[in-house]
Amino acid sequence: MFDALASLLVHDALGLDPATRTGAALHFFVMDTAKIFFMLVAVIYAMGLFRALLTPEKVRRYVRGLPAWQARGAAIGLGAVTPFCSCSSVPLFIGFVEAGIPLGVTFGFLIASPMINEVAVVILAGILGWKLTLLYVAAGLAVAWCGGLAMERFKPERWVEDYVWKIRMGETALPEHDASWAGRHRFALNEVKEIVGRLWKWVFLGIGVGALFHGYVPEAWVSDHLAGGDWYTVPLAVLVGIPLYSNATGVIPVAEAMLGKGVAMGTTLAFMMSIAALSLPEMLILRKVIRWPALALFVTVLAVAITLVGWGFNVIS
Amino acid sequence: MKDIKVLGSGCANCETTAKLVETSAKALGVEISLEKVTDMARILGYGVMSTPGVVIDGKVVHAGGVPDKKAVEAWLLA
Repeated sequence: MFDALASLLVHDALGLDPATRTGAALHFFVMDTAKIFFMLVAVIYAMGLFRALLTPEKVRRYVRGLPAWQARGAAIGLGAVTPFCSCSSVPLFIGFVEAGIPLGVTFGFLIASPMINEVAVVILAGILGWKLTLLYVAAGLAVAWCGGLAMERFKPERWVEDYVWKIRMGETALPEHDASWAGRHRFALNEVKEIVGRLWKWVFLGIGVGALFHGYVPEAWVSDHLAGGDWYTVPLAVLVGIPLYSNATGVIPVAEAMLGKGVAMGTTLAFMMSIAALSLPEMLILRKVIRWPALALFVTVLAVAITLVGWGFNVIS
Repeated sequence: MKDIKVLGSGCANCETTAKLVETSAKALGVEISLEKVTDMARILGYGVMSTPGVVIDGKVVHAGGVPDKKAVEAWLLA
């Protein structure tokens, strides 16, 4: 449907030949814009209606009572399904620390949360198919698990800012959300407005980069350099991804274009994860609670974990 | 007079929330004293981890995201 719409608009109405670079790029852009924004609105609205209103406060209360390995699993799983704005990372970090949740578990939550979320998952499935989506989710969970465990080895407690340990969290009961259908509808609409308002720039940017890649990067060059899954392509993709930042949803069109040109799967997944999970703004926010050595370690551990996962996928595919 | 606090570390959503409360109060003619709380110890002291949050007369009425305009008006008139 979206393919046909884009063909009608770009090839018929504007008269651009699909064989030309501009024609191909523009077709990709129109198709993905229509498709992703349609899905974005539909998914967020549906999630808003049915979401069991899982808040970080509830996650904290739930995880604090669990033994270590269960706490890790729960924190990562809940991190994947709990949406939270990255400006909440600091209170979230402090709240977890105050609850006595181990730092490694908290880092697992902080890794899983930006990488995997329900919006990215549904759009990933719609654009790249459910198989790749499952792989992406499994890879993300694995990276969060191992990354958290590895962080723990280095005893990151010594790098936590002193004031963090002194904060005591209040136990006020938070207001329950309105569970009637009218209330849910309002909540869902609000979610659409808020999340689309936050994401649209990233999505457009991602689609633009994807379209340029799709239209202008020659296939022969890709198959010569990136398709074989040579070992160095994965760490290279991770390194390139670290300074780049986008929301997980915004990376999807880029990955779509890369896979379409034949870039190896592990390399593409590593690139996606590096962009979504490792970001400079997020690091600067976290600097308020942990010192530079811990941040450097966090970036290193994540980069290594993502590289290993990328290699793994290139070997099995 | 209602004592209203907007909890948040100064992110865009927190600013939006504070503005929303301010303009709604003005439109309804409700007198308020508005304070933006950015101190982490105080934010967490209210039991709030997901910002922005809204506290009215010492009670947390909202946490996590920009509140609905209708909800804000209901708090102001309550």
